[in-house]
Amino acid sequence: MKKILNDPNAAASELVDGLVDYYNGSVEKVGPGAIALTDIVENKVALLVGGGTGHEPIYHGLIGPGMADGAACGDIFAAPPPNIILDATRAVNKGNGVLFLYGNYAGDVMNFKIAAQIAAAEGIKVETVLIWDDVASAPPSAKEDRRGIAGLIPIVKLAGAAADKAQSLEELVELVTLARDNTRSVGVALSPGSIPATGKPTFELDEDSIGIGMGIHGEQGVGIEKMMSADDLAEKLLNLILADDLPLESGDDVLVLINSLGSTTMMECLIVLKKVKELLVAKGINIYDVMLGPLVTCQEMAGLSISLTKVDDTLKPLWDAPCSSLGYTKL
Amino acid sequence: MSKETLSPNEVKEMLIAISDKIIESEELLSEADRRLGDGDHGLGMKRGFTAAKTQLETLEPTTVGQVFSTTGITLMSTMGGASGAVMGILYQNGGTALGDADSLDAAGLSTFMTAALEGVTNLGGAKPGDKTMVDALAGAQEAAAASVGLSLPEAMKAVSDGATAGMEATIAMIATMGRAKTLGEKSIGHPDPGAVSISIMFQVATAYVG
Repeated sequence: MKKILNDPNAAASELVDGLVDYYNGSVEKVGPGAIALTDIVENKVALLVGGGTGHEPIYHGLIGPGMADGAACGDIFAAPPPNIILDATRAVNKGNGVLFLYGNYAGDVMNFKIAAQIAAAEGIKVETVLIWDDVASAPPSAKEDRRGIAGLIPIVKLAGAAADKAQSLEELVELVTLARDNTRSVGVALSPGSIPATGKPTFELDEDSIGIGMGIHGEQGVGIEKMMSADDLAEKLLNLILADDLPLESGDDVLVLINSLGSTTMMECLIVLKKVKELLVAKGINIYDVMLGPLVTCQEMAGLSISLTKVDDTLKPLWDAPCSSLGYTKL
Repeated sequence: MSKETLSPNEVKEMLIAISDKIIESEELLSEADRRLGDGDHGLGMKRGFTAAKTQLETLEPTTVGQVFSTTGITLMSTMGGASGAVMGILYQNGGTALGDADSLDAAGLSTFMTAALEGVTNLGGAKPGDKTMVDALAGAQEAAAASVGLSLPEAMKAVSDGATAGMEATIAMIATMGRAKTLGEKSIGHPDPGAVSISIMFQVATAYVG
């Protein structure tokens, strides 16, 4: 695998430096792996995201006005340690508390939990909302066992807008929980990504097989099937979401995200979007807005995911607010 | 020569030996993780124990707990991931429980293991049987509790055997925690990589106290 790297073991720290350079003055490094916006207003209820690197543009590429205030970046595919989370927490805290918003993975949960305890001991108010949108990872009765995947894009966007208007951390938790609970995703894996430091694939999958519901690190999903047409795949994935416990009826409005896991092309995503739209329209479900592209990735992993977020009168104004970040910008 | 108790400096030497072995085992640990996770367990462990070794080399410890706690804090702040949190808490909690003791004996080893296991299970919520490093740790803790009356070399050997038996028991288990959970029955046949790490650590410790 050809990769444009220097020392592969320094990939995480170099990409974070590059990210700060991208923001060109509006984001600063507040510790190794910890970044924050430079102009967070006093008393703002702050939004902190975080997770392993190597999945760019998430999580750290979602920092920006109308998005997250700060991010804690771990090593490649590894949750950030508590000290990095704490550096970022202290930097974004403007006296009104900090919401930790991240994907539901054991490593992230443990490290953020330790950081939250230390932050609380320092007098910083911290609350947590876990993202668990992957319907293929556990039944609806066990949501706390579900993984967080591409649904975090609409959730962080909605959370960023909510953090700008929330008067308290409690209010922000309530809005972000609504966004989280209204979001469902499911993915398909075609081929694995690789670990930059070793060049080794993160999982194995036969040449003609695809993993329905497979996670971004190759976690098992619904099952392994033979390759199929884009239309059949779109229908199969969408049906997994529609069969879940989020009621979607004729007249409802949804945000649609077609996410490439890395090397799957925009062409393929657009072909899938066409079918998804056709199926939703047939059910009378209205598409309120569309996101499409490589937003939650795993290096050169091939595959995509579909996410739906049901938006009501509370969430629509949050969605309509402008935002800007490396990963997602809305004018 | 076998050692009946370990001074703070000897605990430091032992942990440096453990660090060297973990660093050397990077490929083996990553390979074990490729079967069940995303294949980077060895990388994280190598990163953490390389940093821990550097910290330990300049440490002039006065208590044995200090050596373990320093190791724990360094692992936690440099590894990241689930293993960073878990390995960090293991050494930190174990070290803190030893208070200001200036030597480690079989009773101290048991105190360390009980606190280490408690810290890890409180943080991660895994129980024995979940196919995690807790299986190796619980095996080690049980053996330590049953060995308080023995000499340190005998106790350490028992703890190492307990850890290895716990690790080997994970081979037949179905994962119910962490990333391997979603593999379901496909997780059978492979040991948990974290449990392999624990087993390696106590093998080195046993050789050290000889």
